[in-house]
Amino acid sequence: MPFELILALRFLRAGHAQTALIIAGTTVGVAVIIFITALINGLQDSLAARTLSTQAHITLRAPDDAPSPVLARAGRALAAHVEARVQRLRAIDQWQRVFRELPAQPHVVATSAMTTGSGFASRGSASKAIAIVGVEPERYARIVPIPDKLVAGRFRIGPGEAAIGTELAKDLGATLGDRIRVHSSEDRDDVFLVTGLFDLGVKDLNRRWVIMPLRSAQSLLDLPGGVTHIDITVDDIFVAEQVAQRLAAQTGLTAESWMAINTQLLTAFKNQTMTTRTVRVFLILIVALGIASVLVVSVVQKQREIGILRAIGASRPRIMRVFLIQGGVVGAAGALLGSALAALMVYGASFALRQEDGSPLLTGQIDLSYYLSAAAVAVLTGLFAALAPARSAAKLDPVEAIRYG
Amino acid sequence: MAEAATEVLRLQGIRKSYNEGTPVEAEVLHGIDLRLAHGEFVALIGPSGSGKSTLLHIIGLLERPSRGTIHIDGREIGQLEETELTELRGRYLGFVFQFHHLLPEFTALENVMMPTLIGRGHYDQAMRQRARWLLGRVGLANALDKKPSALSGGMQQRVAIARALAMNPPLVLADEPTGNLDTHSADDILQLLRDFNRDEGTAFLIVTHDPGLAGRCDRRIELVDGQVVGQGTTTP
Repeated sequence: MPFELILALRFLRAGHAQTALIIAGTTVGVAVIIFITALINGLQDSLAARTLSTQAHITLRAPDDAPSPVLARAGRALAAHVEARVQRLRAIDQWQRVFRELPAQPHVVATSAMTTGSGFASRGSASKAIAIVGVEPERYARIVPIPDKLVAGRFRIGPGEAAIGTELAKDLGATLGDRIRVHSSEDRDDVFLVTGLFDLGVKDLNRRWVIMPLRSAQSLLDLPGGVTHIDITVDDIFVAEQVAQRLAAQTGLTAESWMAINTQLLTAFKNQTMTTRTVRVFLILIVALGIASVLVVSVVQKQREIGILRAIGASRPRIMRVFLIQGGVVGAAGALLGSALAALMVYGASFALRQEDGSPLLTGQIDLSYYLSAAAVAVLTGLFAALAPARSAAKLDPVEAIRYG
Repeated sequence: MAEAATEVLRLQGIRKSYNEGTPVEAEVLHGIDLRLAHGEFVALIGPSGSGKSTLLHIIGLLERPSRGTIHIDGREIGQLEETELTELRGRYLGFVFQFHHLLPEFTALENVMMPTLIGRGHYDQAMRQRARWLLGRVGLANALDKKPSALSGGMQQRVAIARALAMNPPLVLADEPTGNLDTHSADDILQLLRDFNRDEGTAFLIVTHDPGLAGRCDRRIELVDGQVVGQGTTTP
């Protein structure tokens, strides 16, 4: 072990309560940094997961119909008022080509084509406005996990079969095995056997969605072979907007990410992240001040010893290193103990903190990167905090230190 | 060069002023010339305020003189960088202070090894052996693992002497080494210094107020008001 480390460790050991307290302070700081990061990230993940449990990460659809411009000479307006065009139900042009190419795109992990439009569902005298959702069930399950949300029946819908929301079932007085009639906005109708009841956690969707085979929807909405939307799942939910923009540019289609649709949620996430960062900065500052104050006191207390060491051959840079190492060691010890404490806190919180549905807010697992970054920050903070005391120790005049020591 | 072989210390025209260039400039050493041969045992005496400590610090390379030259073991100190001075100090000079100044966090053995540890950067077997031997020589073979707080004043000073000799330096500077001890312990300490001087050939320069101690040295250098007023050999 080198001289500087031997001395630093011995000085720290001799500091007893002083050293124990500052390591405890650093430990708590590191633990809170890790815990709060895990908590906020857990909260955000859970909120995002909930939001995304009923919608695709990215949805592609045909671009909106735009009003055709009246031809005029450049710079001369002919119309004072341009009315927006009525948006008719349209299929995506050559959707199969786009659909085939999507899986090769970066970040894209699942795709599902959908034909959707509006209509009415009726049973007996009851009639309700609905959304016709035509999908290929296996593919769609990878976009929205319908099988997890089934309360009765199954999500294997063949021709003439449909899964409906629990609210709609209640409104129509229908249950598994009953038949409902669906009448589309294109004035076509068909009868479906209810084979599944789902609860998406959003009442409005439970009241409106009728999920049926893609072909049935295409025929009801008079879009033979056509699809109105392509849903996409990406590997990292926070790159969705970036991927959406790229896909829009490449395909000429309108691409909407969940982030663009849920801007308020995203703003809340950003604010939370900023709050966490602020808390983190202040904690680091407090830890740094704590370490620095203890080392400043230590330099004053050890003035005489520093003088002796200088007299018997220790150079200024070596004395400086002795105190820098002390800061680093306090940081490292705090990082190690703080990580252990954070692991305990997260484990405890995984039992104590629960969401409304009873599921834990935190999984009890913390990403290794949280530990590593907190440890790096703690050691760097320790070294940085030790800088000023170390410099003042190195500057000590040995003659003064010995004479008055 | 012949001088370099026989002289462990040579001072020429050493002057030291504080607050130089200011109205309150004060010169405390007025041109000191001094020579110490290898293996000499010399007392530096003088009343309080005569400049003894300042001179000792200059010889110990802890302070730089305002003017004059210093040779240690034939090597001119001149304009050496601070790090070189520090290294030279560790290698050529041993220090014994009045208040022993041991490191309280370390055992007697570790305190004695400290100068060598600083020099070599890490512990090794050779330095451990030398430290044990030195502590044995000062009569503390049974106190190797004791911290300074568990030792008496006399014992602590013995550890400090052993530490000063750890690097086997050609010159040891002692500032009132017995000033804080009772007569009996002071006698023992002086005897120890003499033993090392005789057996190891180490030169000693001892600052003291004690005329009895000065009388037992080979030579006495007397400093008054920053000037050497006498360098007589003592009569046995």
